Amino acid sequence: MSLKRKDLLSLATLSVEEIMLILETADSFKEVTGREIKKVPALRGKTVVNLFFEPSTRTRTSFELAAKRLSADVINFSPSSSSVVKGETLLDTARNIEAMQADIIVLRHPAAGAAETLARSVKSSVINAGDGWHEHPTQALLDLYTIRERKLPFKGLRVAIVGDVTHSRVARSNIHALVKLGAEVRVVGPPTMIPPAVDRLGARVYYNLEDALRGVQVIMMLRLQLERQGRALFPTIREYSRLYGLTAERVKLAEPGAIVMHPGPINRGVEIAPEVADSLSSVILDQVANGVAVRMGILYLMSGAN
Amino acid sequence: MTTGARTEKPQERLVMEAGDIARALTRIAHEILERNKGTKDLALVGIRTGGVHLAHRLARRIHDIEGAQVPIGELDITLYRDDLALRKDQPVLRKTSVPFNISDLKIVLVDDVLFTGRTTRAAMDGLIDLGRPAEIQLAVLVDRGHRQLPIKANYIGKNIPTSRDEIVKVLLEEEGEEDRVVILKA
Repeated sequence: MSLKRKDLLSLATLSVEEIMLILETADSFKEVTGREIKKVPALRGKTVVNLFFEPSTRTRTSFELAAKRLSADVINFSPSSSSVVKGETLLDTARNIEAMQADIIVLRHPAAGAAETLARSVKSSVINAGDGWHEHPTQALLDLYTIRERKLPFKGLRVAIVGDVTHSRVARSNIHALVKLGAEVRVVGPPTMIPPAVDRLGARVYYNLEDALRGVQVIMMLRLQLERQGRALFPTIREYSRLYGLTAERVKLAEPGAIVMHPGPINRGVEIAPEVADSLSSVILDQVANGVAVRMGILYLMSGAN
Repeated sequence: MTTGARTEKPQERLVMEAGDIARALTRIAHEILERNKGTKDLALVGIRTGGVHLAHRLARRIHDIEGAQVPIGELDITLYRDDLALRKDQPVLRKTSVPFNISDLKIVLVDDVLFTGRTTRAAMDGLIDLGRPAEIQLAVLVDRGHRQLPIKANYIGKNIPTSRDEIVKVLLEEEGEEDRVVILKA
C-alpha cells in the first residue's frame, strides 16, 4: 500500500490504514536516526520549503532535520524575513516558492484552513504543520507513534487530554485519530477551554482532573498558552495550576505504567510539575526524537513523482 | 528489482527444484568458507526479502560445516533505489536490521536473483552508510544476466540464460511456497 495523496492536511480525513502506513514507515526511519551516519539518499534532488507564518522552533527544526536526513534541500521561509511584511498574500508567496520548483511545502499558519487553501492552488505537495486551532497532523502522528512504541494497543486505550482543548490543534488532531483507532478519549479542562460539541468528535468531557485521570494509560498534557491569559479563560495561573496541573500525586490515579506526554514547550510548574516532566513515566523527549522519524516517513511517502 | 508486471496467466517454466536449491546453497557455503579461510571476521547480510531467507540458510550450513555462528544482517535497499524520484507511488519500506558493527568485517551480500545489478549497487551504498567493511562479496542463487552496471557475483547458485522481458521468481518455503525457481513468460 502507498499513500495516494498529494497533501497531508488533517487526520480527520485520513483512514486507519493510512495512519498505520505512516507509523510503519516511520519505523524504518527510526532505525536510520539511530545510525552513526543518519542520512539516506531517498529525497536527493527534492526541495522542501518550510513556510512558517508563526514562530516555531521545535516543529520547524524537526522538519528541517527530517528533510536533511533524507538528502533533500531545505529552505526556511518566515514572514519576518520575507516579502509578507511587504503585503504579499499567502497564495502569491506560495506561487513564488512553487516557481522555484519546490516539491513539498510545509506550512504553519495562524488561520484554520490555510493549508487546504494552499494545497488547492499549488502543484507542490502541502504538509500542514499547524493551521490555527484546526489541526496539527504531524504532531498527533508522532504522539501515536510514541504510544505504539510503548506497546500500548490503540483499541480500548484510555487517553486523557488535559488543558486548553479549545485552542489546541494538537488536541483536535489527536482526538480525530485516537477515536478512529478505537481509543477512549477523555478531554478535561476548565469549561472555558473545552470546545462546545467536542463530544460529537467522540471524546468524553470531564471538568475534574482527578476523575478524568482514573485508570487512563496515556496522559496527554497541553501547553497552557500563557499569552491567552488576558482573555479571561482562567482567573490566575496559580488557580489553573492547582486545579489542572499534573502532579506526581495525580499521576498515581492513572493505571500503573501510564505515560505522560506533552507537545512542548512545557511550562514547568504550571500545567506539569517538574518532577513529573522528569519522571520515568514522561515520554516528552521520546516524542521529540520520534518526531524526526515520523516526519521523515511522511516526507518519504509524499515525495513520489507528481 | 527483479519483479515486473505480471500477466493474467503467465507460462511458468521450472528451472530449479528444491533439491537443486539445497545443493547450490551447500556448495556456496563451502565456497564462502574456502575463499575466506573460515569464518573469522565473516558476516552475511541478506537483501530483503528473498536474500534474507537465503542468508539464514547459508548461515545454518556454515554452522554445520565449521561449527561457528556467523552474524546475519537484513538490509532493505528501498531508500537507496535509483528510481525513487521517478515513481508515482513510493514503495513500502521495510526495516534494515544489522545488529553488529560491519566495519572491518568481510560482508557477504546475499540476494536471490542477480539481474541488472541495480539492487546490488543500492545494497552496497546502503551497507557503506552503516560502516566501512573490509570487503564486500556477493552471493546469489540465480544469475540471469542483462547487467546494466559493472557488477559481478562471487558466488552463483546457477547461471540461467533469460530474455529481458522474462521474470525469474525464486519461491521459498519461508514465504509459504514450495522451494523452486521458475521463469515466467511476460
